[in-house]
Amino acid sequence: MSSGYIVTIFTFVAIYISLALSLNILTGYAGQISLGHAAFLGIGAYTSAVLAVRYGLPFWVDFLAAVVITGIIGTILGLPSLRVRHDFLVLATMGVNFVVVSVFKYVDFFRGAMGLVNIPAPTILGLTFRGGAPYLTLTAIYALLTLAVCWYLSKTWSGLAFHAIRNDEDAAASVGVGSARYKIYAFGISAALAGGAGSLYAHFLGSVFPDNFVFVESIGMLSMVIFGGIGTLRGPIIGAIFLRLMPELFRFIQDYRFTLYGALLVLMMLFQPMGLLGKDSWLWKFSTRLLPGNRTSMREEIP
Amino acid sequence: MLILQNLSDALILACTYILMAAGLTMVYGVLKVLHIAHASVYTVGAFIGVLVFSWIGNFWLALLCAMLISGVFGVLIYRSTYFYLLNAPRTVPLIASVGMFVMFTDLLQKNFLMGPYQRAFPAAGAGLPAIQTTWLSLTPKQLLILLVTLGLLVLLYFLLTRTRLGLSWQAASMDREMAAAVGINLNRSIAANFFLGSALAGAAGVLVGVYNNSVFATMGDLPSYKAFIIIVLGGMGSLPGAILASLLLAIVENFMVASIGYVLPRDSIAFLVLILMLMFRPNGLLGRE
Repeated sequence: MSSGYIVTIFTFVAIYISLALSLNILTGYAGQISLGHAAFLGIGAYTSAVLAVRYGLPFWVDFLAAVVITGIIGTILGLPSLRVRHDFLVLATMGVNFVVVSVFKYVDFFRGAMGLVNIPAPTILGLTFRGGAPYLTLTAIYALLTLAVCWYLSKTWSGLAFHAIRNDEDAAASVGVGSARYKIYAFGISAALAGGAGSLYAHFLGSVFPDNFVFVESIGMLSMVIFGGIGTLRGPIIGAIFLRLMPELFRFIQDYRFTLYGALLVLMMLFQPMGLLGKDSWLWKFSTRLLPGNRTSMREEIP
Repeated sequence: MLILQNLSDALILACTYILMAAGLTMVYGVLKVLHIAHASVYTVGAFIGVLVFSWIGNFWLALLCAMLISGVFGVLIYRSTYFYLLNAPRTVPLIASVGMFVMFTDLLQKNFLMGPYQRAFPAAGAGLPAIQTTWLSLTPKQLLILLVTLGLLVLLYFLLTRTRLGLSWQAASMDREMAAAVGINLNRSIAANFFLGSALAGAAGVLVGVYNNSVFATMGDLPSYKAFIIIVLGGMGSLPGAILASLLLAIVENFMVASIGYVLPRDSIAFLVLILMLMFRPNGLLGRE
């Protein structure tokens, strides 16, 4: 295990923290379960890759374009959520994922299954970030930025509106929360943040292929959110770290790591459905009890 | 007659969709769970079928064993997870189902089970003749699929409408608590529901395995995604809806592929149909809610 290898792993961890946090805005805060988040990662990555490879635009343009375009597409794809609820929405988002991947695969503009290769390393202010610790810093900064957005959202009126929609859409509407508007916001913000992560993903790997953004990836992201603790700030971070590192940590059972991954999810749902560090999980209760002065702060979490 | 040939191809495709979707929609009707691990049940069915067939050489016995074992497998899935999650929020069983799907797919690819390669399922048409008339032409394999599907559907119809068990499912899918209150043994009825739904998926696995003459560990993925589309199109939990939607989807897929060619692959056509339909009829074609 070289240090370069470890840095690569942690770069991915940072990217996935941003992804899990962005999905959490949609699924944890606004309660719209999505099994298609990898589509937004893919749209961001492809936007960035197309602009960099085909048009030779600099990194910051790609990056901003990825954020904006993915945000806009996310907003449009959020429209079905106004008509469709619960399980229907889960399946609709899953469908979006399949359609997006097959567009990447079968539309010549995206070079099909050959993918887009030779994406240049990002250059910011004359510094080139090719792999290694510098790129890790870049992705870590983006993860912190995502965290800041999530934290800010959880403190504002929008955060409360999301919370209300998640708990009971009709009740929220009856007290004047425009659920349509806030659902679209949630889709847009969540997609935009995932798009930025996609841009970093594309520039890090240097190539993108349709198969990087398939349905199973979406399952992985949702698992991170739920495993760590849905609707909290800490949960998706812990979930992303744990589930990304687990295959590396359990390398000694290499062949069975996905079996273990699946079994872990099932056990988690059976015994700790709110996630490892979610509200009411024993680990979180235990650790808050240990901290001095927190004894009385067992208040309801307002995400 | 090209159009009629397309129609009979579509009919056969629809048959395999129906068997897969029927199990899913039954499970959804009673439990309100998106049972993603249904894909694994389908694959296990095909696997058992191919094992028994290569061992004994009789297709019908292989089909029966596959259905029995995948049925039992389905009940085990229910008893080990969903049973404990009946009153949990909907995301919880969904994620548990995803976990099982990941776990079983990985396990099935191991060498002591199916291994990462394809196996042939050389059952041909199980001795059935080919049918060749002016308006219909079916190969023995296609006839086999049609007959088995029709047989199972008739059986299912009688079970659902003429037996106490079927009535208890209908009651449970309307209101689980109320059904329990009027003395329906929910545990037994849900377990039987899982058994039958999973047996149908197992049969679908065997039939598709025979039709394509190949069985492999991830063969269940695409059919199960499509089955989700079908149960949405048909209205969640509605069996007639699922049958109608299977036919519709198979016909649309076949004609789209035949007429406009490969602009998009057939599998994403299905999802496009789904998304468009959800915009206009959010509760499915025959759904009520």
